[in-house]
Amino acid sequence: MYLKHALRAATALTFVATAAAHAQSITIATVNNGDMIRMQGYTDKFTEATGIDVEWVTLEENVLRQRVTTDITTKGGQFDIMTIGMYETPIWGANGWLVPLEGMSAEYDVEDILPAMRNGLSHDGTLFAAPFYGESSMVMYRTDLMEKAGLEMPDAPTWQFIREAAAAMTDRDNDINGICLRGKAGWGEGGAFITVTGNSFGARWFDEDWKPQFDQPEWNEALTFFVDMMAESGPAGYATNGFNENLSLFQQGKCGMWIDATVAASFVTNPDDSTVADKVGFALAPNADGVDKRSNWLWAWALAIPAGTQQEDAAKQFIEWATSKDYIELVAENEGWANVPPGARTSLYENPEYQKVPFAKMTLDSILSADPNNPTVKPVPYVGIQFAAIPEFAGIATQVSQEFSAVYAGQQSVEEALEKAQAFTAEEMEAAGY
Amino acid sequence: MARAVTPRRKSLNTALAWAVGLLIFFPILWTILTSFKTEAQAIASPPLFLNFNWTLENYAIVQERSDYMRFLWNSVIIAGGSTILGVIIAVPAAWAMAFVPSKRTKDILLWMLSTKMLPAVGVLYPIYLLFIRLGLLDTRGGLVVVLMLINLPIIVWMLYTYFREIPGEILEAARMDGATLKEEILYVLTPMAIPGIASTVLLNFILAWNEAFWTLNLTAVDAAPLTAFIASYSSPEGLFFAKLSAASTMAIAPILILGWFSQKQLVRGLTFGAVK
Amino acid sequence: MATQHSRSVARLMMAPAVVLLLGWMLVPLTMTLYFSFKKYLPLRGGDLGWVGFDNYVRFVSSSSFWPAVQATLVIVGGVLVITVVLGILLAMLLDQPMWGQGVVRILVIAPFFVMPTVSALVWKNMFMDPVNGLLAHLWRFFGAEPISWLSEASMTSIIMIVSWQWLPFATLILLTAIQSLDSEQLEAAEMDGAPVLKRFYHIVLPHLSRAITIVILIQTIFLLSIFAEIFVTTGGAFGTRTLTYLIFQRVLESQNVGLGSAGGVYAIILANIVAIFLMRIVGKNLDA
Repeated sequence: MYLKHALRAATALTFVATAAAHAQSITIATVNNGDMIRMQGYTDKFTEATGIDVEWVTLEENVLRQRVTTDITTKGGQFDIMTIGMYETPIWGANGWLVPLEGMSAEYDVEDILPAMRNGLSHDGTLFAAPFYGESSMVMYRTDLMEKAGLEMPDAPTWQFIREAAAAMTDRDNDINGICLRGKAGWGEGGAFITVTGNSFGARWFDEDWKPQFDQPEWNEALTFFVDMMAESGPAGYATNGFNENLSLFQQGKCGMWIDATVAASFVTNPDDSTVADKVGFALAPNADGVDKRSNWLWAWALAIPAGTQQEDAAKQFIEWATSKDYIELVAENEGWANVPPGARTSLYENPEYQKVPFAKMTLDSILSADPNNPTVKPVPYVGIQFAAIPEFAGIATQVSQEFSAVYAGQQSVEEALEKAQAFTAEEMEAAGY
Repeated sequence: MARAVTPRRKSLNTALAWAVGLLIFFPILWTILTSFKTEAQAIASPPLFLNFNWTLENYAIVQERSDYMRFLWNSVIIAGGSTILGVIIAVPAAWAMAFVPSKRTKDILLWMLSTKMLPAVGVLYPIYLLFIRLGLLDTRGGLVVVLMLINLPIIVWMLYTYFREIPGEILEAARMDGATLKEEILYVLTPMAIPGIASTVLLNFILAWNEAFWTLNLTAVDAAPLTAFIASYSSPEGLFFAKLSAASTMAIAPILILGWFSQKQLVRGLTFGAVK
Repeated sequence: MATQHSRSVARLMMAPAVVLLLGWMLVPLTMTLYFSFKKYLPLRGGDLGWVGFDNYVRFVSSSSFWPAVQATLVIVGGVLVITVVLGILLAMLLDQPMWGQGVVRILVIAPFFVMPTVSALVWKNMFMDPVNGLLAHLWRFFGAEPISWLSEASMTSIIMIVSWQWLPFATLILLTAIQSLDSEQLEAAEMDGAPVLKRFYHIVLPHLSRAITIVILIQTIFLLSIFAEIFVTTGGAFGTRTLTYLIFQRVLESQNVGLGSAGGVYAIILANIVAIFLMRIVGKNLDA
C-alpha cells in the first residue's frame, strides 16, 4: 500500500497546478457527431444557468464504445454521463448499471418523447437513457437525376424499383453512381444496413430457438440482390464505405440515391456543405416485392447516467437540459429549424415551423413505421431492428459483416460468406450458452 | 567521413537523395498543406497543391472545440515524466550490466525485452481493474508509471550499449585516484555517456509521445494527452479532411520540431550497440 | 575486475529495474492467466466460474485463429523485409556526400515522429480513399482505374503504412553503422576495381549485419503488437485480422474477457517463439 500512497502523492502534486476549485463539475463522454459538437457549443448556457461545469470527452464512435464499455463493466466511474445507443441501453439497464431516469420535471414532459424512442431506451418499462436525437433510415435521392432518367420516385418504393432507378441514373463516365450504400465492416455500419436489407427480404438473424439463420434462402436472396445491384450501380470500392464516406459522396453529387440515416437529410440539404442541397427528395426505405417489412432501422443517440456516479443530480440536470424542448428551441433560434436535433420529441413534429422542413414528414413516417419488437416477417426472440439486443451481438455482427464486406470487395462468393457467417455465429452463440 | 567525389556525382547524389527525402516526407507535407485549405478545397479534383486560398479557419475551429494546450501539456508531462523516471531507474541497472557483467547479463537483457511482447489489448481489463483499485485512472502519475515500464527495457538496453563503449581503463584510473562509486558514476561515467543518454531520452520521449493504446484507454479528462485529442477528429460526419489535417498537424508539430532540432543527436546516438 | 563487493553493489543497482519489470510482467500475466481459465463475460454478470481449458480450446479451434497467426506473420515479415532493404539503400545514399544532407536526413526520419493513429488516418483518408484520395487522383491522371486500397489490397496497404513509419528507424540505425565503416577499406576496394555489387556483399553487408540484427529484433517487438493501424484502417476486415486484433475483438467487441485472455496467452507464446527463433538466427551477432 506504500506504493499506492506514493503514487497518489505524486499524482496530487501534478494536479496542484491545474486543480481550480469548482463547485461542481460533470464529465460527459460523447461521440463526435455534428449535433453533439453543436451541443458542446451551447454548454456555456447550461453552466450559466446552473453553475455546473461540464467537461467533454469527445471521441470517434468506435473508440467511444470501447472506452465507455470498459468503464461501465469495470465500474471505473470515469464519466457522469455517457452517450450510448439503443443497443447498449436495454442491456446495461438490465444489469443495473444505469440510473433510472425517473422523476423528471413536469416541464421536461417525458411523455413527449416519441414512443418508439422511449421503448427502445427502456428496460422493463423503465427509461434508462434520454434520446438526444433519434433516427430511422430512408431513401434520399437526387430529384434532377430522377427526372433525367424519366422516372418518378414513389413514396414507398420497392427494392426492384430502386435497382432499376439506380441503373438508369448511373453514369460512370461522369462519376455518377446510381446508388450509394454502406458496405463497411462493423455491426453499426454495413452490418446494420445488410441486417435491415435482410429484414425487408424476409430474413432474420435467429429463429425462436436462437439458431442462426444464414443458411436460409432469404439471406442468400438479400445478399445476392445487394451485391448485384451495387456491382451495376454502386461506387467503386463501396466495401469500405460507411455513413461518412457515402455522405461525402452524396454531397459531392456523386450518388443518385442514398439509403441511410434520416439525420443525414439535414446534412445533404445544407447548402454550406452540399453541392446538391436543393435537389434532394425523400422516400421510405424500400422492401422487396411482397414482403411486409421495410428496410428502415431505428436508432437513437442517448444520454445515460452510469450507476455509482457522485454527480447523479447534476448529471440529471444536464440531461434534462440537453434533451429538453427548450434546447431544441435554442438551436432553432440560432441555427434554424433544419439544424435542431431530430427524431426525439413528438412536439417537434407538431410544430408548424418544423413541418416546413422538407424532410420532417418522411423522417417521422420512417420512425413511426419501425417496430423493434417485431422487426422481421418471421418471429424472432430478440428486440431490435438492425441489431439484436443481446450482449454477444456486437462481436458476432462485426465479424459477420467483415465476411460480407469481403464479398463486396470481390474476395469471396455470397455462399462462402453465408456459410462462414452461419458457422461463426453458431460457434459464438454456443459459447455464450444459448 | 567526407570522401572526395566529383561534382557531377555529388549533384547526382543530391538530386536522388532530395527526391527520395521529399517522397518520404510528402504525406506529412500534404497533411500540413491540407490543414490550411477549406473543406471543399481539401477534396477538390484535381488536387490543389499551393494554389489555394490559405486559411487558418480549421485551426480556429479545432481550438474552439478542444483545449489544445491542455492536451499538449499532458503529453509533455506524461512523455517527459516517464522518460526521466525511466532513465533514473535504468542508469544504475545499465551501469551494473556494462561494468560488472555476469553470465546472466545477456539473459536478463533479453528477458527485459520480452516483457514488451505482452499484447496490450489482452491485459486491458486486468490493468484497468488495477488502476481503479489504486485510484490511478485518468491521472498523469499512473500513465507516467505505465509508459515508463513499457519503455524501460529499451532504455536499459540503449544505455547498456553506450556504457559498454566506455573503456574500462578510465574507470580503473579513477578508482586508483580514490574515487568512490558515486563519484565514478557522476564525474567520470556520466559526462562520457551524455551523448548516449541524450539520444536515449529523445527516442523514448518519441515512443512515449506516440503511445496510443494506454494513453487513450486509461484517461478521460485530466490526463488526456494528444492521442485522445486526435480521437475526437478521426471520422466525424461530413467533410473533415481539412479539420483532421489541422488536428493532426497540431498533434505532431511539437515532436516534429523537437526532432528537427535534435536530429543530429539522434542520428549520431541511435546505435543500440550496433556499431562495433 | 569484478570483486565480490562490486557484484553485490551491481545487483543492488539492477534491483529497481528488475523488480519493476518483474512486477509489470507478473501482475498482468497472473491476472491474464487467471481470467483465461474463467468464463468471464462482463455484460453477463462478470465472473461465471472456472472453465478449465475451455477458452484455450475455443480460441484455437475458432476459424479465425490460424488466419490471424498468418496475417500477423505476413505483416511483421513484410514490414521487416521492406524496411531493412530500403533502409540499407537509403542509409547508403544518405552517407554519400551531397548538398543539404542535414535537411534530407530530417525529411527521411520525419515519419518516425508521427503518431501511428495520425499516420493511419492520413494514409487512409487522404491517400488511399478510392474517390478523394491522392493516389486515386494519381491513378486517374495516368488513365487507370483507382484502386480501393483498403479492400482490394488490404495487406499491402497496411504493410505500406507501417513500413512508412518504421523505415526511418531502420535507416537511422543502419546509417550510424555505415558511417562507422572504414572508408579507406571501401576506397581501396574501389581502386582495385571491385564492382559495386561485390563491394556491397563483401564489405558493406558484413559490416551491417549487427545493425540489421538490431533493427529486426526491435522492430519485431513493436510490430507484433501493432494495433492502431488496423483499428483505424480496416477494422480487421479483408484478411487483416492479426492475433492482437483478434484478441481485441474477443475482449472488447465480444466482451469475452476469458476467451480474450486465453488469446493473450497464445500471443505471448507466439511472441516468444518468434523471439527465440530470432535469437537463434541472429543471437550470435549480439554478444554481451
